[in-house]
Amino acid sequence: MLILHCPYCGIDADETDLAPGGEAHITRHGAEASDDAFEAYLFHKKNPRGVHFERWRHSFGCGKWFHAARDTMTLEVFGTYSAQTVSPPKTLINKIKKKRPDWEGF
Amino acid sequence: MRRYSAFAIAREAMRFHTGWGRAGRAPEPKKHYDVVIVGAGGHGLATAYYLGKNHGITNVAIIEKGWLGGGNTGRNTSIIRSNYLQDESAAIYEKSRSLYETLSQDLNYNIMFSPRGVMMLAQTEHEVRGYKRTEHANRLQGVETRFISPTEVKKLLPIIELRGPRFPVLGALWQPRGGTARHDAIAWGYARACSDMGMDILQKCEVTGINQTAGKVTGVETTKGAISCDKLGLIVAGHSGHLAEMAGFRLPIESVALQALVSEPIKPCMDVVVMANTVHGYMSQSDKGEMVIGGGADGFNNYTQRGSFHHVEETVRALIETFPMISRLKMLRQWGGIVDMTGDRSPIIGKTPLGNCFIDCGWGTGGFKAIPGSGWSMAATMAKGEPDEFAAGFGLERFREGRFIDESVAAGVAH
Repeated sequence: MLILHCPYCGIDADETDLAPGGEAHITRHGAEASDDAFEAYLFHKKNPRGVHFERWRHSFGCGKWFHAARDTMTLEVFGTYSAQTVSPPKTLINKIKKKRPDWEGF
Repeated sequence: MRRYSAFAIAREAMRFHTGWGRAGRAPEPKKHYDVVIVGAGGHGLATAYYLGKNHGITNVAIIEKGWLGGGNTGRNTSIIRSNYLQDESAAIYEKSRSLYETLSQDLNYNIMFSPRGVMMLAQTEHEVRGYKRTEHANRLQGVETRFISPTEVKKLLPIIELRGPRFPVLGALWQPRGGTARHDAIAWGYARACSDMGMDILQKCEVTGINQTAGKVTGVETTKGAISCDKLGLIVAGHSGHLAEMAGFRLPIESVALQALVSEPIKPCMDVVVMANTVHGYMSQSDKGEMVIGGGADGFNNYTQRGSFHHVEETVRALIETFPMISRLKMLRQWGGIVDMTGDRSPIIGKTPLGNCFIDCGWGTGGFKAIPGSGWSMAATMAKGEPDEFAAGFGLERFREGRFIDESVAAGVAH
C-alpha cells in the first residue's frame, strides 16, 4: 500500500486516507490563452515513466493538499512537501538526482 | 498454414500429434516494410490482419517488446459487450461484438466466443433511469439490449442476493449477445492469420526511437536495428504516452493500474457476466470454473502492473454482498495491467501531428471487447490515410475542439 508523509500534520498516511489529485505544478491558463496552451493545460498531462510530481489530499486526515514526488516505474516515494510552492524544493530535487542520475530534471 | 478442423485432429491423433508444426514463423526483421505497427497485442494484430484482409496490404511488420498478447490482451476479464450510451461508442463496440460472433471461423482458430449475456445491475434509482436511457439509446442504435426486472435477474442468475445490505437490485440492463471469449486465443489467432499472410511478427524487439524528417515518419529504431516504413501505427495501450513522447507529441492520456483476480475453480454456478457498477465489481465464471473478478482502477499514475490492495478488498466486499455464496472462496491469482485513460474515457483512433503516423490508443479499462472493431477501423484509417466511418468521432483533435464522447458520464465507472 502506498504510504505518504503528510507535511502538514506529520502523519504517515495510508493510501486509503488520501485522495489523488493528478499532476502537480501545472501552469494554469485562462480565457486569454492561446488554443494550444489551453488544450495543453486541460489535457496534455505529463505521464512519465519514472519521476513524477503529484498533488495529493490528506482527505481523511487534516484535509489539506500537499505534493509528493514518486517513481511510476518502481512506486518509490522520494518525498512530500507543502503545496504552497510553484516548484519542488531544491533538497528534494538533489535527492532524486542522486538516486536517478539519468533523470532529466524538473 | 495447416487448417485446424475435426478432421485434422483425427489425422494427428493417428500419428501421435507429430504433424502439427509451428502456428507461425519467427522471422528476422527486413530493412523496410510498407506498414510498421508497434504493439503485438490484440489491437495491433487485429489492425495488421484487417490491413491484409480488407485492404490487401501484407508487407507489414508488427513489433513487440515482450511477447504475443503479453500485455493487457492477456490481463483483462475478457468481457464483450456493446451497450454504450453515445452513438459513436455504440457503433464501434457493436461492430466489434458482431465481428467476434464469426471470428473463430474467420481466423480458423477457436477463440471460444461465448455470447452468454451481460447483465449490468441497477442498484440505485439513478442507475435505473440511466440504464433505461441506455436501453432506449441502444434501440435507436440497433444494439439489442433490454431493461429487465429483479424477478428476471433472479431467474437468469439464481445465486444473486437481490436484497443486499447496502444496495438492493432494482433491475438490470441485459445484453443477451454480450459475453466472453478466450483472450489469449484472440492474439494467437490473429497472429497466426497475419503470419500466414506473410506479415512479420517481431517479438522481443523494443522500439527505442522514431525516425522522422520534415514532419513525416521514416522508420523506427529498435533493439534489432533500424526498420524503415511508409506508414507507422502506434497501438501499445498503457505505454502510448511514452511512445508519443518519443515521436515528439503529447497525448491526453494518463496511465494507471487496473486489477483483476480469479478464484479457485468451482462447479458451474453462473452462466452470465455480471457487472455491478454502483458497488463496483464484476464477475463471470470461466470454462475452467474460476470466478473471474474485476474492479476499480487506481487513481494515480503507475507503470508497474501492480495495483493497490484496497481496490481488491473493495471489489471482493461488493461481490460478497451481491453473491453471498462466494464468501468462502479462495482467490488463486491477482494481477494488474496498465491502462491508458483519456479525459472522456473514450479511445483515440486516427491521425497524429506526424503525417504518416497513426495512433490507436486510450481504450482505458475497456479495450478487450473492442479488439476486432478497433483493428477494422484502424486498418481502414491507415490504408486510406483518413479516419473511416467508425474512427471519425475518435480523433485526437476532439479534445482541442471540446467534442468529447463522454463515456465517463455515460458509464460512470471503469468499463
